[in-house]
Amino acid sequence: MCGKERIVASDRKTVEVSRVYKSFGGTTVVKDISFEVRAGEIFGLVGPNGAGKTTTIRMLMDIIKADSGEVKILSEVLHESTKNRIGYLPEERGLYRKITISETLDYLSALKGFDRGLARERGRELLQRLGMLQHQRKKIDELSKGMGQIIQFLVTVIHDPDLVILDEPFASLDPVNVKLIKELIFELKGRGKTIILSTHMMNEVEELCDRILMIDRGQAVLYGNLAEIKSRYRNNSVLFEGEGNWNGIEGVVGSKDHGKYTELFLDGHTTPQEVLAALMRKGVRIDRFEVSTPSLNEIFIQVVEGER
Amino acid sequence: MNKSLIIAKHEFVVTVKRMGFIILTLSFPVLGLGGVWVSQLIQGRQPTLPAPAVATKFGYVDETGKFNDYRNQLGAVFVPYQSEDEAKRAVLDRQIDKYFLIPSDYLATGGIIQYSAERELEVPELTQKRLSNFLLSNLLANETSPQIIERAKTPFLITSLTLGETGQVTENPNPFASFIVPYFFGILLAISIFTSAGFLLQGVAEEKENRVMEILLSSVSARQLLTGKVLGLGSAGLLQLLIWATSARVVGQMASISLDFAKGLNISTSIVVLGVVYFLLGYLLFGVLMAAIGSLGASARESQQLASIFSITAVVPLMLSALIIENPNHIVARVLTIIPFTAPITVMERLAATDIAPWELIVSVTVLAASVVGAMILAGKVFRMGILMYGKRPSLREIIRYIREA
Repeated sequence: MCGKERIVASDRKTVEVSRVYKSFGGTTVVKDISFEVRAGEIFGLVGPNGAGKTTTIRMLMDIIKADSGEVKILSEVLHESTKNRIGYLPEERGLYRKITISETLDYLSALKGFDRGLARERGRELLQRLGMLQHQRKKIDELSKGMGQIIQFLVTVIHDPDLVILDEPFASLDPVNVKLIKELIFELKGRGKTIILSTHMMNEVEELCDRILMIDRGQAVLYGNLAEIKSRYRNNSVLFEGEGNWNGIEGVVGSKDHGKYTELFLDGHTTPQEVLAALMRKGVRIDRFEVSTPSLNEIFIQVVEGER
Repeated sequence: MNKSLIIAKHEFVVTVKRMGFIILTLSFPVLGLGGVWVSQLIQGRQPTLPAPAVATKFGYVDETGKFNDYRNQLGAVFVPYQSEDEAKRAVLDRQIDKYFLIPSDYLATGGIIQYSAERELEVPELTQKRLSNFLLSNLLANETSPQIIERAKTPFLITSLTLGETGQVTENPNPFASFIVPYFFGILLAISIFTSAGFLLQGVAEEKENRVMEILLSSVSARQLLTGKVLGLGSAGLLQLLIWATSARVVGQMASISLDFAKGLNISTSIVVLGVVYFLLGYLLFGVLMAAIGSLGASARESQQLASIFSITAVVPLMLSALIIENPNHIVARVLTIIPFTAPITVMERLAATDIAPWELIVSVTVLAASVVGAMILAGKVFRMGILMYGKRPSLREIIRYIREA
């Protein structure tokens, strides 16, 4: 799904991180990380648990300070008012239990320096859109878990931020809410907002992200356009499903039977297009023909194993 | 609006709407008014002169033969009995409450034995006075004039006056009233400081437990958050203290007008001013420390347990209150005035008994203010690290490392 046509990001940079280090009590948690996030894109910060994603994000939010290196957000070095233009959904998140939805939105948007009238208007709009307007006088305590999660997301975007940082946004969400939040993320992107998505779930990244930074044990291991990365790590093979004798096609050096389909391995000179043409010439019935691209998960394992 | 002020306003509103806060704040004026009302009822029922309809009867057996007259003393009648058996029977028959045996060697030893039907821990003062008057009257009857006898019974009636620096004479105030006010104020101060600081602790610990903390930190810095919380809850505590001080003045005036023991009950402005100064400084000191502790615990309950270390230090002056009020210038009281943790309550207690030298107050306030600044710096560092640590409580060594690294 992460096709090139979806990449509408400009060259304007929303986030610039250069050579950032952070250690806690002698353990280096983030080591020489640099990356850029372009305006209007969905950027994936990917890696296993404990890789340093949350620490990196906290440095973006100025919640913790980098030991060295520079972080620029929206073209300026971080300072207090920068926070007003960022929406952040932390991994460790929650809400005040004893106050109502509208009080929560009022207070947290005020802390973002957002105009009270505007906040109320936007809050009503968003609640209406999510079918929760009738609950706005309810205390958070009285909401179902799923509703609470939606409100949590609402809190993140109530002040109409230019940059939205989501740390494991789908963790412990039910499938309906996962779908809803994904829709909301695409809506934000559609309105030109920049989104950083941190997750250890590679399938989410493949579905949503334009570009990624993959980190492992505090270090960057992969960085760039997702489609390019995938083609770079492409196995030299095609997946084929159909009927007929495909033996003796030039350039195919081996095959592997996967049950329903067969994987054909190509030599270094033959392109998938040439194989497809050869199959058609032989009169083989083709139900499915696909260039094999590894999943991000496979790429990650390949990269990490290569590094170690 | 400044973000710290937005937080302060939010904390203030949330706190004053808490049921616990409202009950505590209103309980004092309500209890005070109730107390005055009950005291008035009791006082109204007491006859002004102790003149029971039937005179109290005391028996006595006189082996010396010297005590025959002056048998009516202060509303009691002394009834002579010839023998102890007779007197005993009279007690058992409830004709008299008790009898005194004046033994034959009384003049040499002064020993007198009292036999009563009911157990008494101590012979009541009035009974002693009656007996003393009865004995004195008989002993001195033939020795001196009735006027001397009267004086011997009541040797003095004292009036206590204070000489001011310029030699002017002022009457001493009601000792009960001048004692109770600052003492009471000290207790209120302690409650007020610990209520607000406790809310601060609970608030921080809850925000950490609820995981709201990082959401807040995405909008404000740890310092702004701490400042806002301390300001907001401090205002709530100050409001509580002012409500108490105002109602104490009103209740005090009512009591002063209508109750004998509270005559001259007056809460001076200087006590209120010192009370507010010590509240603010004491609250700031305990408040920021409590906030730091709140940031360290994994749950609100764990944080509260940790905080008891500080609560205990504040209880010290209350435990030593007998010593401090009786010997307000004792070295222990003076030392506790300087130690920042004990200063607010100690000063209030000492004011109950004496005037504190201005230099002592200046030193006390200065040390306290300096400790507040120090606590803010240290607590700020711990707070910044602590609020983001989930799951486990850091060890003392780790805390020291945060302070160094931050």
